[in-house]
Amino acid sequence: MSKRMIYLDNNATTPCDPRVVEAMLPYFYENPGNAASRSHPFGWVAEEAVDYAREQIAQLIHVDPKEVIFTSGATEADNLAIKGVYEMYKRKGNHIITVRTEHKAVLDTCDHLEKLGAEITYLDVQNDGLIKLSDLEAAIKPTTILVSIMWANNETGVIQPMKEIGEICQKKGVLLFSDATQAVGKIPIDPKATGVHLMAFTSHKMYGPKGVGALYVSRKNPRVKVTAQIDGGGHERGMRSGTLNVPGIVGFGKAAELARLEMAQDAERLSKLRDRLQEGLMALEETVVNGNEAHRMPHVANISFKHVEGEGLMMTFNQTIALSSGSACTSASLEPSYVLVSMGLGDDLAHSSLRMSLGRFSTPEDVEEAITLISNGVIHMRELSPIWEMYKEGIDLSKIEWSEH
Amino acid sequence: MAYSDKVLEHFKNPRNVGTLDKSKKNVGTGLVGAPECGDVMRLQIEVDDATGVITDAKFKTFGCGSAIASSSLATEWIIGKNVDEAATIDNMEIVEELALPPVKIHCSVLAEDAIKGAIRDYRIKNGLPVEEEVKAH
Ligand SMILES: Cc1ncc(COP(=O)(O)O)c(C=O)c1O
Ligand code: FES
Repeated sequence: MSKRMIYLDNNATTPCDPRVVEAMLPYFYENPGNAASRSHPFGWVAEEAVDYAREQIAQLIHVDPKEVIFTSGATEADNLAIKGVYEMYKRKGNHIITVRTEHKAVLDTCDHLEKLGAEITYLDVQNDGLIKLSDLEAAIKPTTILVSIMWANNETGVIQPMKEIGEICQKKGVLLFSDATQAVGKIPIDPKATGVHLMAFTSHKMYGPKGVGALYVSRKNPRVKVTAQIDGGGHERGMRSGTLNVPGIVGFGKAAELARLEMAQDAERLSKLRDRLQEGLMALEETVVNGNEAHRMPHVANISFKHVEGEGLMMTFNQTIALSSGSACTSASLEPSYVLVSMGLGDDLAHSSLRMSLGRFSTPEDVEEAITLISNGVIHMRELSPIWEMYKEGIDLSKIEWSEH
Repeated sequence: MAYSDKVLEHFKNPRNVGTLDKSKKNVGTGLVGAPECGDVMRLQIEVDDATGVITDAKFKTFGCGSAIASSSLATEWIIGKNVDEAATIDNMEIVEELALPPVKIHCSVLAEDAIKGAIRDYRIKNGLPVEEEVKAH
């Protein structure tokens, strides 16, 4: 990778901020201790570092440090929250409500529980990606023990009305879990003020290292308990055993502190860059933005370029720009993005989508170059596209009898 | 996943992109795939009626790089071939030539189907016998 790459895939993962790396370095060789070693200074130093990081993280989301459980990432935190609540509360009921556009870490976990006897309701989303609050309210029943709704969607950046969702759950007396992986560190998040009782997030989406994340578990009003999913030495107040990843946690803490201090200015700068990127690309004809633009993360744009297939399009520039597509051709399953399809986009539009996610290290030059390269790519691919030609000739594509495989 | 050099080469310099005049009797068109599946391939042939030789071929493809490379290669291979000969091209030959990974095999199947579709269309237009060959993929 000697050539300059433009990185527009910050929703997949963010670069680790050099200030974070610097904070981590002393915890590899100089301070090698195990935070659970209570009998010598190496352990104490490690424990102190972990405590400090826990505080930095707690401060970012306005919770008590004791309410932060470290995990290996958001996937594990999602599993711990959903399986942990189910196991802990299944005597009260077996019904869980979630949404079709959740991350696979939530959907597959629910799937797993369904096989074990849970009843899962999957809420639909509207065309803009938002759930209907009345659907949620109607879905809650006496056996409901958990509502699991992501704060912001990884593909579209659409932000769910968490406050209103929190009020409904409060009124009905059910626990609310949110996968806030894409939101924490990017926009102000306050689970307590929002009525969220459990919340998953991860370090590597907020300029920290990979392999470390956290689950917030409310300890007061209400006091929530989850059954451990990883048994062992009883770390993390028994909720998650395993020697703590001290350097990772230190980095996560530093990343949280930087996010707290720089979030507002980052978000303001990135939303302008994103708007410029979107406006530049929307100058192309037959182009649509996917997801509610008013309720959207400041750094994300998901756009479909009609009659162009996403992977082919990416091939025109992916030696230079990193981003992702909802096209089936990029997925191992050969299915287009279920998130976009759940929003009622035709499969054809899902195949034609690109997700662009900016980050702290994105520059105006990146955006200008991306506009040029993507626009040229779209124009080139349309010249190669039989369905673009048909569209231009006024042929109604929906009337053609396609030979589907 | 990285692309093979041959896929990249065809993708960068696709051969025979374009459209032939469908109204001509000696032009056959194969249109396969579906927008919902993320791939549509149109391959056209122009045939010399006297000799049965394909004198020109054009394609347009909506799909991934491997689909574009497969159709580009297909046009290159069939030009100069007799129609009957072109009809025997198997998708696995395309897979081998382009070093396609397993997930991209269907892109080559599409190219084979497009060739067969174009030949079939040509034959029907010209009142020639069409053999109903059904191949299981
Ligand atoms: C919404 C959401 N949840 C969960 C995850 C998984 O996070 P991790 O990689 O930390 O396991 C991701 C990242 O891909 C995500 O975007
Ligand atoms: S056209 Fe979809 S994988 Fe090739």
